[in-house]
Amino acid sequence: MTSKKHHIIPLQTYFLVFSALMVLTALTVLVTYVDLGSFNIVLAMFVAILKATLVLLFFMHLYYDNKTNLIFFISSVIFLIIFIVFTLIDINYRKEIYDIEGVYPYESYQDLNGLEKIHVDHHDDHSYDQSDEVHNKGKDY
Amino acid sequence: MSSNHTTYLQHHFANKEQQHESAKLGMWAFLVTEVLTFAGLFCAYAILRNNFPETFKACGELLNMELGLINTIVLITSSLTMALSIYFIQNNNKARTIQMLALTLILAAVFMVIKYFEYTHKFHVGQLPSKFYFSNEVENIIGTEITNPGAFFSVYFMMTGLHAIHIIGGMIVISWMMYNTFKGKYSNQYYTPIEVTGLFWHLVDLIWIFLFPLLYLI
Repeated sequence: MTSKKHHIIPLQTYFLVFSALMVLTALTVLVTYVDLGSFNIVLAMFVAILKATLVLLFFMHLYYDNKTNLIFFISSVIFLIIFIVFTLIDINYRKEIYDIEGVYPYESYQDLNGLEKIHVDHHDDHSYDQSDEVHNKGKDY
Repeated sequence: MSSNHTTYLQHHFANKEQQHESAKLGMWAFLVTEVLTFAGLFCAYAILRNNFPETFKACGELLNMELGLINTIVLITSSLTMALSIYFIQNNNKARTIQMLALTLILAAVFMVIKYFEYTHKFHVGQLPSKFYFSNEVENIIGTEITNPGAFFSVYFMMTGLHAIHIIGGMIVISWMMYNTFKGKYSNQYYTPIEVTGLFWHLVDLIWIFLFPLLYLI
């Protein structure tokens, strides 16, 4: 149990962090004028994470605080990452599973996503036979 | 610190320090749920951007980047004034605390006014969510037909809308804190409510730090 008095962060620290946030904002805007392809997204997110870290550590006092608060916050970030990464894995690799299985349960889903309509051709796939297709037709996906 | 009980110390806490730490931990637990609320929208953004990359790039360029940048600067500055109000109450300077809270409130209002102009412009030209989209501004700029621009504006309005609701909520609480400080309820001995309000306000700023590049820049 800590019994120390609340840490008062010097004014200088606040203004320093504020200046850093402004410089990073300018940087993230200026960098959009250079076309780096998909690296633009990576860079913008990197700068945003850097800015967020500064706000969390100094404006929100996590650097000086009881570390329990930090652990709480990090837990939310971990679940945020799980949520987004796993969803994107599903979205991007779903088609490969369909290709392996030779079954495309969501044709309307494919249209919705602006992907080209998938041409279902079982003849190239020797591990698959017609009876399976008939068998799968009645299934409710 | 005096040994006698202050009116602020509730009986189930051992001391003021413990009470302060508990309140802050409770606020952090709330902020975790806030992050996860926004996580749903960030996930929707990720899915739709993944599915319609060209649409998101084209529509993002259509947003007024200058206004977004001004709002970013306004919000980061308001975060600074909020942090300073805590600094001043820690030093028992109540007049300055009220000034800083007022400044935070003004900056929040500036943010909302700019947001209002952005929204009304979009309503006017028909850059609306999903099936309500009827603008042809994007097509005019790009020169070609674009797939599902309504998807971008769905995400845009949901994310900035939920964020704006948080700004309004924050403004209400900050006004309350100003009133209480004015009434002399807070001092360097007890300022937990201002500090947790600050935490909330910084989280709102934090979310905008991500919304600005995601919607306006890339």
